[in-house]
Amino acid sequence: MHSQHLGLASVAALALLVAACGPKKQDLPPPPPPATAPATPTPTPSAPMTNPAVSSSIVPGSLADFIAQAGSDRVRFAYDSYEIDETARSVLTRQAQWLSQYPTVRITVEGHADERGTREYNLALGDRRAQAAKNFLAAQGVPTARIATISYGAERPEADGADEASYAINRRAVTTLGN
Amino acid sequence: MRIPLLCGALLLAAPAAAQLRVDINSGISQPMPIAVPSFPAAAPGTTAAGTTDELGQRIAEVIANDLRSSGLFRPIAQAAFTTQVSNADVLRPQFAAWRTVAAQALVTGNVTANPDGGITLACYAYDVFAGVELTRQGFVTTAAGWRRAAHKCADLVYSRLTGETGYFDSRIVYISETGPRSKRIKRLAVMDQDGAGHRFLTSGQNLVLTPRFSPSQQQITYMSFEGNRPRVWLYTLGTARQEAISQSSAGQFQGMSFAPRFSPDGRTLVFSMAVNGNTDIYTLDLGSKRLARLTSQPGIETSPSFSPDGSRIVFESDRGGSQQLYIMGADGSGQQRISFGDGRAASPVWSPRGDLIAFTRFGGGRFAINVMRPDGGGERQLTNGYQDESATWSPNGRVIMFQRSARGGSPALWSVDVSGQTERRLPTPLGASDPAWSPLLD
Repeated sequence: MHSQHLGLASVAALALLVAACGPKKQDLPPPPPPATAPATPTPTPSAPMTNPAVSSSIVPGSLADFIAQAGSDRVRFAYDSYEIDETARSVLTRQAQWLSQYPTVRITVEGHADERGTREYNLALGDRRAQAAKNFLAAQGVPTARIATISYGAERPEADGADEASYAINRRAVTTLGN
Repeated sequence: MRIPLLCGALLLAAPAAAQLRVDINSGISQPMPIAVPSFPAAAPGTTAAGTTDELGQRIAEVIANDLRSSGLFRPIAQAAFTTQVSNADVLRPQFAAWRTVAAQALVTGNVTANPDGGITLACYAYDVFAGVELTRQGFVTTAAGWRRAAHKCADLVYSRLTGETGYFDSRIVYISETGPRSKRIKRLAVMDQDGAGHRFLTSGQNLVLTPRFSPSQQQITYMSFEGNRPRVWLYTLGTARQEAISQSSAGQFQGMSFAPRFSPDGRTLVFSMAVNGNTDIYTLDLGSKRLARLTSQPGIETSPSFSPDGSRIVFESDRGGSQQLYIMGADGSGQQRISFGDGRAASPVWSPRGDLIAFTRFGGGRFAINVMRPDGGGERQLTNGYQDESATWSPNGRVIMFQRSARGGSPALWSVDVSGQTERRLPTPLGASDPAWSPLLD
């Protein structure tokens, strides 16, 4: 046998280890608690997308006006949740009130996830969040025909950080005017 | 671009098989010392890609790099060689000289510049200690195709010494990433499995995600946000044509379509569609454009991947409360959970050998690449990171490539042997995510 003077046993290579001798499976702690997670930080209205150049005179019907009157254009979610919590209900109720004043304005609700999930699930989760906000607005009397939705998954975070505070900010549904 | 590559039949048949062999199933992690000296010219010549001598040097480097990357071989540094290989040595190697550098196998051959401007690469492997030939094959290609000929030679050696099909003559499609997270620019990009021949396929104007090769490697299916309408697209490599997938009868799909993959015969796409907040799995027959809905649970059903025989689909669902893996028939029948244990299980992908499913196991702030059998047994953890995800299999089912992100860092592509050893990072020009390995090229 050639294999003998080749010292085949030592030649033998990285192998498909069977489970018994393979790397130990690390025990992963259970997933974080779902909807009972700590309350999301109070949403702080971020800079309006349109520049309110004349801040003393917000144009009625504008995005700046929408944000000023609704308190925010966005609502936050707990980890892996699409539940509209009390804070979000308050914001969306005021958004709906504003939308009833401007019945020709159409909106798009953008759903977002934090980066601590898998890519494809995050796309679906962002969709759930956008739909949840849409359904709440519809229940407040905004015709669904005026509401489009889009999910960005984890692809467009609001906060750049890689910490829990940033992730909480990034779990959101943002109402934009126009669709 | 297809490179015509004719294999074999140029040389005499190899002699009876010798016994030198890499045992990939034993657990011993000593790579085999192997010598890959520069390939001499059969007759000195010049091609559009360089002289035959220059090609011979570069071909040997590509082969050595391929073999090294598998973790199964340890190419000996050329500086240690006590002899060069002349053209006469190709058929009659100086085995004594290779024994002195402790090479157990020798890969050699020669390069011929053909009258039509192409090249012929003759590839030989020898058992140095036994002094016998192990295998030989000739590859005829264009001068520009010399790298593929080198990969074919490395695949020949790998296959002869491990008993498994090679995987070096293959490519990777992935998402190249650059810029701040909130405005990340993502582009489709392709490269050879060793990182050579890198090129971008899209401009970065539109957000693109999750590209996957068709079985023929002529098309890539992916998700694009073009026109703020996130949905599944097809990119045809030969023509650079991009088209959104739709039903000819019903027009556009109702909701967001994503997570696409081809069936093994290339005739069907399987993907997820989110309609009114509910994500389910669908198939689309690319010929008839017939759409079939495979799941109807209220949960999120996504990341579908066909078994290599096309009869079954593995996917993830949170119908039980958190993301877990399920298997169903290709028509949606017999849905059955296969993942249990701690944490979540997501983004499954079926090995081209059929024997294993690779997936992302996560919980407690860690994301790992694990494998398990299709019956849910034999789960093993291969990697561990802050965020390891998006597994894809080498065409022979021996190596898994994945995306690894450090906390706050840009993602990069890594590979790991299915044993969990030989982790290595693949060089890419920018950040890199969502890798997908091609089948072996023709």
